Amino acid sequence: MSKANSTDTGARTDADPAERGQQHSDAAEREQERVDHAAGERLSTAPREERPETESEPGTGVPAMGVVGWVRWFWRQLTSMRVALILLFLLSLGAIPGSLIPQTSVDDLKVQNFKDQHTTLTPIYEKLQLFDVYSSVWFSAIYILLFVSLIGCIVPRTGQFVGQLRSRPPGAPKRLTRLPAYTTWRTEAEPEAVHEAALGVLGKRRFRAHVAGDAVAAEKGYLREAGNLVFHIALIVMLVAFAAGQLFKSEGGKLVVEGDGFANTLTQYDDFKSGSLYDSDSLAPFSFVLDDFVGTYEESGPQRGTPRTFEARVKYTEGADGPERKGVIRVNEPLVVDGTKVYLIAHGYAPVVTVRDGKGKVVSRNSVPLLPIDNNITSTGAIKVMDGYRDKNGVKTQLGFKAFFVPTFAGHGKGQMFSQFPGAEFPVLALSAYRGSLGVDSGLPQNVYQLDTSKMKEFKNEDGELLKKMLRPGERLDLSDGEGSITFEGIEEWASFQISRQPGNGLALGGAIAAIAGLAGSLFIQRRRVWVRAVRGADGVTVVEMAGLGRSESAKLPEELGDLAAALITTAPVAPEKPDAPEKPDANEAGNRPVHPAEAPAEGAEK
Amino acid sequence: MNLAAATNESLAHTSNVLIYSSMAVYTLAFFAHIAEWVLGSRSKVGRTAAALSGSPDGAAAPVVVAQGGSTAVLERPKVVTRAAAGTRDVPDGPGAAGGTFKGDLWGRIAVSLTVVAFAVEAAGVITRALSVQRAPWANMYEFSITFSTVAVGSYLVLLALKKNVRWIGLPLVTTVLLDLGIAVTTLYTDSDQLVPALHSYWLWIHVSTAIICGAVFYLGAVGTVLYLFRDSYENKIAGGGTPGKFAASVLERLPSASSLDKFSYRINAAVFPLWTFTIIAGAIWAGDAWGRYWGWDPKEVWSFITWVAYAAYLHARATAGWKGRKAAYLALVAFACWLFNYYGVNIFVTGLHSYAGV
Ligand code: HEM
Repeated sequence: MSKANSTDTGARTDADPAERGQQHSDAAEREQERVDHAAGERLSTAPREERPETESEPGTGVPAMGVVGWVRWFWRQLTSMRVALILLFLLSLGAIPGSLIPQTSVDDLKVQNFKDQHTTLTPIYEKLQLFDVYSSVWFSAIYILLFVSLIGCIVPRTGQFVGQLRSRPPGAPKRLTRLPAYTTWRTEAEPEAVHEAALGVLGKRRFRAHVAGDAVAAEKGYLREAGNLVFHIALIVMLVAFAAGQLFKSEGGKLVVEGDGFANTLTQYDDFKSGSLYDSDSLAPFSFVLDDFVGTYEESGPQRGTPRTFEARVKYTEGADGPERKGVIRVNEPLVVDGTKVYLIAHGYAPVVTVRDGKGKVVSRNSVPLLPIDNNITSTGAIKVMDGYRDKNGVKTQLGFKAFFVPTFAGHGKGQMFSQFPGAEFPVLALSAYRGSLGVDSGLPQNVYQLDTSKMKEFKNEDGELLKKMLRPGERLDLSDGEGSITFEGIEEWASFQISRQPGNGLALGGAIAAIAGLAGSLFIQRRRVWVRAVRGADGVTVVEMAGLGRSESAKLPEELGDLAAALITTAPVAPEKPDAPEKPDANEAGNRPVHPAEAPAEGAEK
Repeated sequence: MNLAAATNESLAHTSNVLIYSSMAVYTLAFFAHIAEWVLGSRSKVGRTAAALSGSPDGAAAPVVVAQGGSTAVLERPKVVTRAAAGTRDVPDGPGAAGGTFKGDLWGRIAVSLTVVAFAVEAAGVITRALSVQRAPWANMYEFSITFSTVAVGSYLVLLALKKNVRWIGLPLVTTVLLDLGIAVTTLYTDSDQLVPALHSYWLWIHVSTAIICGAVFYLGAVGTVLYLFRDSYENKIAGGGTPGKFAASVLERLPSASSLDKFSYRINAAVFPLWTFTIIAGAIWAGDAWGRYWGWDPKEVWSFITWVAYAAYLHARATAGWKGRKAAYLALVAFACWLFNYYGVNIFVTGLHSYAGV
């Protein structure tokens, strides 16, 4: 459609052929539209867009029928390309809030902090499910609609495509000169011979070709549609795989101190989540022991303290009593046992402390994992002595210590007690001591890292203040009045692991690979048609016309047509020039057009 | 400090010197391009206007005669091409030089300088990689220098393939200077080793393809922006208006709107499968590193948004009523998402993806 012609409407590329036909009475123009469309039809299986204005009552675009009509109308809308486009747009728009507002599924703690800080926003956000965007009703609605649309799109398109594969390429349009790429020459070969040769040339280049009327019709590049369908089907496969993974997955965390172990049974997990169709009997039987955790950090320079290696060295046993094997779990390298993966998630320090009573008897000796609160692993936690301790009067009571640990202490009087470096270069453990009831028996679940001092009394120092002390390894804090002591013996490290099993990963990966392959086919392969018409002219010389039509304007099409023509010319050589030989394809048509051979040699061919 | 560390230090220093040198050469290329555009403005070609309003019987679409390949061996028939229905057929502009000899000379100088600057910058990236003995993509500084190297490299490859892309030279060199300027000032990070989370061969695969995608998407976005300008210019002329003198001089020399449109479509379509691959590779890596393939981490979310936006763009191209300008806006939105994913998410949003020393 030439620009000059449609300036009045401004609807250049938007107007569909039917409308343009009405606007412009130029007969040749309409002929071109008709031919282009007839020959180009079904080069794609893309759904035809609804055109309510011209197809049903003007202006309304909605059905006048009852429920069935409405359902059909709704379905047609849903499976149209335009709605697919809108849904895609909504999907990306809908994903945005989840990246800006903390998400429960990503970081529970952050969500809690956010809620504490924004008391007015929180109820609104909660109503809109903005803390769980990706499992919210509205987000699910978008992608479910999109996938329904997708299925509604794929099924008819697959049928159509199979139909195209079964039928033969459509016959040549009347006026080949109207097609995007065209060439012609005169030869002395018989028309039948030219057709024969054309079938050979096209067949060798894997075109599907046949003789239809006075021309050979050929088509190639079906892989484009196939690839497109494979891609869209692969999207569904991936969605199904993810859904299956979510329903059947199990995932739990476990903190293990060096020397300790873990066996894969439900009771051993610190926390455990599973999909709704998960069956707890399916936990793979295995166990492992954490022999050693190694963490190294940049020692100097501006990035001092940046982690360099994290390694958990373990011994693991597959099955109930399999052979014991050694393994190393790194951040990027989970241990895979029987389809279950063990990931290294976090690490920290566990000071080893010994608690003695007033008589010097050891009451407990434990390594107590503390939780890191910053990148230099400043850690906090609680040391609890539940039983075995009696005060100097022989009365049973419980002890509790608030613990604050820094692996590298800045030195006395140097700022606050925050760690300077994540490695244990100058470890210091600060303790404050309490006695009374830890509240463990109250039945309420208790945070092991926090000390509930509501039913406890402080130990006091000489000044009547809370008894506290900073300890170096080997040092001891004596409880007041000879009530016993606590000794900081040394440090162990702990590592926490995530143990997860998610079926459907293989399927998702297969879907992903198919998606990429299909996409490549769909985007890189051109679907195109070529026609070769050979007709004996009045002067007894055969006129050969070749034309090509691509799915979209392609640079390669004229080039390929040139190659095909060159191949065909070997059997149908150009007849000796006559004075009036058609230099231009169709002299009286092309004649009044501006020709720009110099400015744009091959409008497409060079790009 | 041991010996190895010392050589690394000096390599890192060399890398910095090379990056600064490349900036100097890019600056020269920038001025050469400016000279090309200025000198080229003296030619008065006015073909676009002629094509759009000159032909007396407005209905005719120009026909272009293509000489398919070489004519040396066999006599090949001429292939006549014509634009498909629904596209405006306007010849491409003559390029920045406007067909002037002097302009062309400066254009060639600019391209030569760009080649030199590219070589120097690439050497800077490689020495950076050697100094840390790993892929040079662990922080935003390294990411930025690699990004512009790849963008310029892709441009030079297209030039070497004899594609008509010299018009992209000036905008590209300008933004490369901007990118490098930001990299060496605000984003600079001393060379160092990786945090354990980045210790994986997936770093090579996932991050390299991410950078390539971004760089090439960028070329597509430049094409799209210019398409929008050129398209309104053509619309204006076709509607009988007269565009401003400066706009006319510049836009006249660009390729036609339909060529620019095709250019950006091809670029975006070609990179989209690679971007799909990048996301999938990232998911596999996340599966190994963090124990889940997809966790809606901000970086993941924005990669997904970018992907869906480009998918929407490709759909728009196939949907009647959405071709042309509307699709172009979608392409720009998609690229903006990519940019936000790169700068915005790293700087404003905290997630697992925050790199050492943003
Ligand atoms: C789940 C979301 C979807 C995604 C990510 C997606 C992605 C894509 C991509 C990237 C292309 C480009 C390939 C090409 O141009 O050949 C494409 C093409 C196509 N899509 Fe989708 N699509 C989705 C849903 C749909 C739906 C719901 C429909 C049907 C209404 C649909 C129909 C089509 C058609 C017909 C084409 C081919 C266009 C052409 O022939 O150029 N897609 N899709």
